Amino acid sequence: MALSGIQIYKMLPQTNCKECSFPTCLAFAMKLAAKQVELSACPYVTEESKAALAESAAPPIRLVTLKANGNEVKAGNEVVLFRHEKTFYHKPGLFIRVRDDQNEDAIKQKVAAADGYQVEYVGIDLFVDGFAVEAASGDPGAFSAAVSAVREATHRPLILIAQDAGVMEAGLRAIDGEHPLIYGANSDTWQAFAELAKQHEAALGVAAPSLEEIADLTEKIKEAGVEDIVIDPMVRDLNTSLILSTQIRRLALKSNFRALGYPMIAFPGDADDPSRESSLAAQAIAKYAGFVVLDTFSPELVYPLMVMRENIYTDPQKPIQVTPGLYPINDPKPTDPVLATTNFSITYFSVANEVEGSGLPAWLLVTDAEGMSVLTAWAAGKFDAERIAKAVKEFGVAEKVSQKRIILPGHVAVLSGELEEELPDWEVRVGPREAVDLPSFMKQAL
Amino acid sequence: MPVEIPKDKWAGTVKTITLGATSDQGGTRARTVTVGGESTLPFLHFEAPTPHRPVIALEIRDRRPDDWSPLLLETWSEVADDPARWAAAAEEAGADLIELMISPTGADGNPTTPQAAVDAVKAVLGATGLPLIVFGPGQADLDNELLVPVAEATKGERLVLGICEDKNYRTIVAAALANDHLVNARTPMDVNLAKQLNILITDMGLPLDRIIMDPTTGALGYGMEYGYSVMERLRLAALQGDAMTQLPMLVTPGFEAWKTKESKVGEGVPDTWGVWLDRAINWETLTAVSLIEAGADILVLRHPESLRRVCSAIDELMAVPEMA
Ligand code: B12
Ligand code: SF4
Repeated sequence: MALSGIQIYKMLPQTNCKECSFPTCLAFAMKLAAKQVELSACPYVTEESKAALAESAAPPIRLVTLKANGNEVKAGNEVVLFRHEKTFYHKPGLFIRVRDDQNEDAIKQKVAAADGYQVEYVGIDLFVDGFAVEAASGDPGAFSAAVSAVREATHRPLILIAQDAGVMEAGLRAIDGEHPLIYGANSDTWQAFAELAKQHEAALGVAAPSLEEIADLTEKIKEAGVEDIVIDPMVRDLNTSLILSTQIRRLALKSNFRALGYPMIAFPGDADDPSRESSLAAQAIAKYAGFVVLDTFSPELVYPLMVMRENIYTDPQKPIQVTPGLYPINDPKPTDPVLATTNFSITYFSVANEVEGSGLPAWLLVTDAEGMSVLTAWAAGKFDAERIAKAVKEFGVAEKVSQKRIILPGHVAVLSGELEEELPDWEVRVGPREAVDLPSFMKQAL
Repeated sequence: MPVEIPKDKWAGTVKTITLGATSDQGGTRARTVTVGGESTLPFLHFEAPTPHRPVIALEIRDRRPDDWSPLLLETWSEVADDPARWAAAAEEAGADLIELMISPTGADGNPTTPQAAVDAVKAVLGATGLPLIVFGPGQADLDNELLVPVAEATKGERLVLGICEDKNYRTIVAAALANDHLVNARTPMDVNLAKQLNILITDMGLPLDRIIMDPTTGALGYGMEYGYSVMERLRLAALQGDAMTQLPMLVTPGFEAWKTKESKVGEGVPDTWGVWLDRAINWETLTAVSLIEAGADILVLRHPESLRRVCSAIDELMAVPEMA
């Protein structure tokens, strides 16, 4: 947690020499607390104070980045417990796990399918972030071979999982030069794992059955020179994982407890049952995990989870929007209809995808409704006849079409009279309520 | 290293509310359902016990719905033609209570009559011993027209009457007051509107322990995050001591999730959406599980498999670990 001006003042020379261009050390301290000046402006701060101040400026939850081949997954740097307080910043990475006792073709097949998976949600391309490879065999050769097999099938960042440091090392050698996460150091193995993490510039996962033990380990590991740490409180049910993740996040943010100020990793895949795995993963996404390891890769599970992650990590202050304008869909001609909608991303894409999928040409008029859905904008007075007419003029719609025909969303049928007044030479039609029914409406009624 | 766990001490407690009434309480239910009573955020057993588990209602209709996903109609098959059999099947599937939603029109296309609504409610009460939530079609005038006679015909049952919103709360609250029922107070995802409606309702004399608060929700991918955050804020306000937010919350993830294209449509959608039935169930389940952790006390679902999954998630969340 950031220090107050007074706390910073106590660490300054307190001589009021003015060389920093402030009248007093206290004035300088206040500016520092507000992050409006650099500490280096004072030539007289002691090394000790510098270190203490740098420490306090560090984020309460460390940002950890995994990298491979130009792909990155970041976790940490969060500042709130509830998304309405500000926003959540770094979407937890979704990783799909394979094990080295599986046959190599099966591994490659699973990884390739997940690696190639990409799905669109409101114009955002969603994909799996990386893969976890677990040493289930305990054999260094088998682990190394499995890691290589995975690496052949994907370029994305990896998490390597092994109990034994020797086995882990074999895996790490197979992907030299990357910045993976290696999991998991425990109270017996932490020294060897910390050594490996340093040598290979890997982030280090730490697992222990109590917060006290995790804190002890992270302190020792930090002392040994590894700062990119990821923690696992080793609980695998919805109840204790909710409690411990909440406690860890609170300790980091409210108590400024550095030893637990690291991203967490969750293993819903350990559930061994896809229906439970999905609930555990949903909780991990909403309740503070930085990395989520799944065993099941199936579109019907991964797609909703990724959509959920988008929802939870949307900035609550600004809904995802598209730019207002006139969007041609399927090469419309001047005789094709104009469909009016709002610039809320979900709304725009529900309509655009439906029309696009039908192959029918149309002009989509996206009005500036301040990023609100049709009914929300209507209720808030941001999607009315006046605004629609204004958009028609602003985007030069009359110049693009010869048949002046505009279709309103069915939910705002009440607007049609007013719109006829606003646009006297236009034909105003009311479309269906839901976008799914647009294609058949366009075929039959237009 | 010693770790001092930060514990929140809250001033407020959510009201404890009982739905349904047994014969010695003036109703006919075989059992009642009690929700609420929380004095900390959901399932943080290390701070305070969770006195009552969140409960699940299954939504049924007075007749086979025209606009439901074919997956749901297949699952309920012919019982969807008969609200009594549907209610019994929902009880069999493990529901804690039933939500009966009256359709605006009958199967013949004519508007639903008050008598038909009363008959449907009575048939459902006869077919199940579970407490009942009755929702009108969701149009204020029609809701009034149908719910008042339903309330009168079921005096003493402690039904939950909905939707009770700013447009029609006077009528619905009066009907609840006169006939010993509860109301489901719905507002569109806004903390202040929710408080305001609760104030208006209590001003009419309905005590707080007969109001369920419905902050409205959206489906996963279609506005769920707004509902999620409004629920977190309402529950925080309740715990901080704001009496007009200290009510159990009801949400309808089944209605919302099954309205989305992802659940409703199986053909002509991207392959990357995966297997239709599993996708639809995940849509409903993940919406519900997220909302439980945001403070939902009553969840209305539609698919029995979602009910099974959400129920086992609740079992897991309710288990008090040793550490607490
Ligand atoms: C999420 C939400 C919000 C969010 C806003 C999200 C956003 N960025 O828009 C928040 C919480 C901020 C909000 C606020 C309000 N909301 Co609001 N909100 C909702 C909610 C739950 C979902 C809306 C949504 O995202 N739908 C999904 C999108 C994709 O739907 P859509 O835009 O309608 O698009 C569909 C169709 O219209 C159609 N379509 C779209 N364009 C076109 C074009 C053509 C040509 C055709 C044919 C079809 C078509 O296709 C789409 C898919 O089928 C609804 C209730 C519900 N469950 O639906 C209430 C709702 C829309 N809100 C409502 C209200 C009243 C409000 C507030 C006024 C309340 C208040 N006083 O605070 C405010 C207004 C905002 C403000 N003053 O700042 C009411 C509107 C009531 C009414 N019928 O008038 C609703 C219906 C809730 C209710 N039942 O009371 N809301
Ligand atoms: S330069 Fe340093 S010592 Fe001098 S007034 Fe500024 S803060 Fe104080």
